[in-house]
Amino acid sequence: MSGHEVPSLLLDDEQKMLSRTARELIRERAPAARLRAFRDTGDPVGFSGELWREMADLGWIGLQIPEAYGGMGLGFFDLCVVLEQSGRELMPEPFVSTLLLGTQALLLGGSEAQRKSLLPGVASGEIVLSIGYDEPSAPPGMPRPAVAVERSGDRFELSGERAQVLDAHVADRIMVLAATSEGGSTLFLVDPARAEVSVTRQHRMDGLNAAIVRLERLRVGADDIVGVLDGGASLLESVLDRASVGLAAQMLGASEQAFADTLAYLKEREQFDVPIGSFQALQHRAVSVFTEIALTRSAVLAAARAIDEKPAEVPRLASLAKSIASETFLLSAKEAIQMHGGIGVTDEHDIGFYFKRAHAAYMTFGTPSQHRQRWAELHDY
Amino acid sequence: MSGLEAFRKEARAWIRENAPRPLWGTSGSGPFEGYFGGRKCEERDLDLLLWRDRGIEKGWTAPSWSKEYGGAGLSRAQEDVIHSEMKAIGVPRPVAGQGLAMFGPVLLEYGTHAQKLEHLPKIARGEVRWCQGYSEPNAGSDLANLQLKAERDGDWYVLNGQKIWTSHAHLSDWIYCLVRTDPSARKKQLGISVVLADLETPGITVRRIDLISGYSPFCETFFDDVRVPVGNLVGKENEGWTIAKAILGHERSSIGRSIARQPGSAQREVVARARKHLGITKGAIADPLLRDEIAALGMREEAFHLTLARIQQSAESGTPGPEGSVTKIVGSELKQQRYELGMKIAGMQGLGWEGPGFDEDDLQYTREWLRSRATTIEGGSSEIQKNIVSKHVLGLPEGKK
Repeated sequence: MSGHEVPSLLLDDEQKMLSRTARELIRERAPAARLRAFRDTGDPVGFSGELWREMADLGWIGLQIPEAYGGMGLGFFDLCVVLEQSGRELMPEPFVSTLLLGTQALLLGGSEAQRKSLLPGVASGEIVLSIGYDEPSAPPGMPRPAVAVERSGDRFELSGERAQVLDAHVADRIMVLAATSEGGSTLFLVDPARAEVSVTRQHRMDGLNAAIVRLERLRVGADDIVGVLDGGASLLESVLDRASVGLAAQMLGASEQAFADTLAYLKEREQFDVPIGSFQALQHRAVSVFTEIALTRSAVLAAARAIDEKPAEVPRLASLAKSIASETFLLSAKEAIQMHGGIGVTDEHDIGFYFKRAHAAYMTFGTPSQHRQRWAELHDY
Repeated sequence: MSGLEAFRKEARAWIRENAPRPLWGTSGSGPFEGYFGGRKCEERDLDLLLWRDRGIEKGWTAPSWSKEYGGAGLSRAQEDVIHSEMKAIGVPRPVAGQGLAMFGPVLLEYGTHAQKLEHLPKIARGEVRWCQGYSEPNAGSDLANLQLKAERDGDWYVLNGQKIWTSHAHLSDWIYCLVRTDPSARKKQLGISVVLADLETPGITVRRIDLISGYSPFCETFFDDVRVPVGNLVGKENEGWTIAKAILGHERSSIGRSIARQPGSAQREVVARARKHLGITKGAIADPLLRDEIAALGMREEAFHLTLARIQQSAESGTPGPEGSVTKIVGSELKQQRYELGMKIAGMQGLGWEGPGFDEDDLQYTREWLRSRATTIEGGSSEIQKNIVSKHVLGLPEGKK
């Protein structure tokens, strides 16, 4: 790629307006401190369905869903504008599960009937989706056991479990990746209300909600396949590319917020009778975080743009965005704690939630080293 | 189609028609590569000379300067388009160097009409090469501490003192110098002026400085009772610090950009070295740890190029963001990382200095690796850049250094 071939990495006026509006509403209605409240009250859902539907009424949830399915018909780039703002406050609402996993799988591989029955509900904030699959960073042997399939003609019987399926405790439909042949896997649409499906809520450190999904001889048909038989792995790879970019946009927002809080603290906190931000040791650390955020923003915007305009560039730019955003968010969160000093390691302060989420996001959809390996393969070395 | 897009088509067509084919793909099109010109220039590459002549005739050596000053009277945005179109096919700018990238823009802003008429056309035509007289032995990062004296004697300034790190002074014709015109000013920034001197003026001595690479782009320049007409003062006497800072701003952005070269070129270079020195196993570079480091470098290079593109786009849209200040820091570190990795890959074959047992590429690479240590020092060290970002972008309070 050279200079002028880089598509626009700038927000247009409408996107800037969307970004501002989203930021204001989220800052006011969804501050990161909610994570503590959800945790301490043992909230059974762990996010606000009411706020989710309100955002759907504003058109944000269906931004990228085509108008034919009740959405706004805008691009993934537009969705990333909202995702970045949701990341600033670590929102636990089902952005990742529903919009980045479930919706993308339907858009990339879903049948017309599947899209028609589910996407309008997603756009209106009524339907939560998720996918159960093997995380690339899961230790060998997880999940135990993988989902097995017994097949007779067009009928399939699924047994097994998937763990840490995001928002599965409230999901209306869960897509489960199962081994349908030697080396082939298929994505099946599963209704968790069925008796053969049990869902056990899990509690993660980072405030995102997840569950273990167990399938016991669950019968599904060809209509329940998302994409094509034995084509699950390649569909999932494309879904995870998009999900990586969307998650990177959230990580970008979170990095920026952690940094903004830190910068404010450096200016107000005094020691030795001066603001600690006047110390060069801290100034230079702050500049390093600022620099990484600037690089990350370019990578995230380029990857988001590629999803809308340059599909051939998506795999490598998605790996770039996920990798650099993971490192930057973790750096921003660690530096935030260090520069906040003692208060930074207390549960009373929100910055700890950023650190926890930074690690969780780092591990999700492939770690930076896994993406570097993929990058090397994509560049043929 | 916007006016700028129409212009892009026009610029693309002209450049592709007029840039000699052998020059394609040879350059990152930065401001400091290609034909430098000047009275001492011994360039013999006919393609470079032809490209220079065509560029001069078109006014595209300095596109945004007015025609009167040797340019084409275009806008800055159009100039950026021209440079990006040159970069797109990897041809150098028709004329390169300090005069165009740093001194010219500042003279345009602060010089008199007569000074511009005298100097700018010669810069645009590559006839006079300029160097910079900034640092002194006791004025490096603390540049305002400079001591080179300029004492008024009628219509003359008499210069005494020493400049150091005067890049390519031995190949240059003129020097723009920061001098101390008021030694008793209450702040050291207040007594500084900018003065221009022809390097052939009696009393100026240039001595080259050998670097650890064995190369010598840098010089020391000594001034011993050098008489310069007062007409060579740029701007007002004792108000040169503002101009100095403006030049440094141009320097920061142009160094960052000049390091950039072609997107992906650092990765390609390092991968080629890895194929040569480490070999390939099942399509992958044989050492998995070095392969991982190459991927990390390639990713960072891509993010840097995307950031440069984003900065340029936001400048074209009229709302430059604060990211420009980080390009020098990131670009110079990236250059070092590239050479460090290339040296790790070469292993023992990177230890050659000259002579048998080492090939030319590896010898050259080692020299460039050594040279790259200077990139985070010259043009304002990374630490000074961080001070600037800290104060002007992050708004952190100034403290003891």
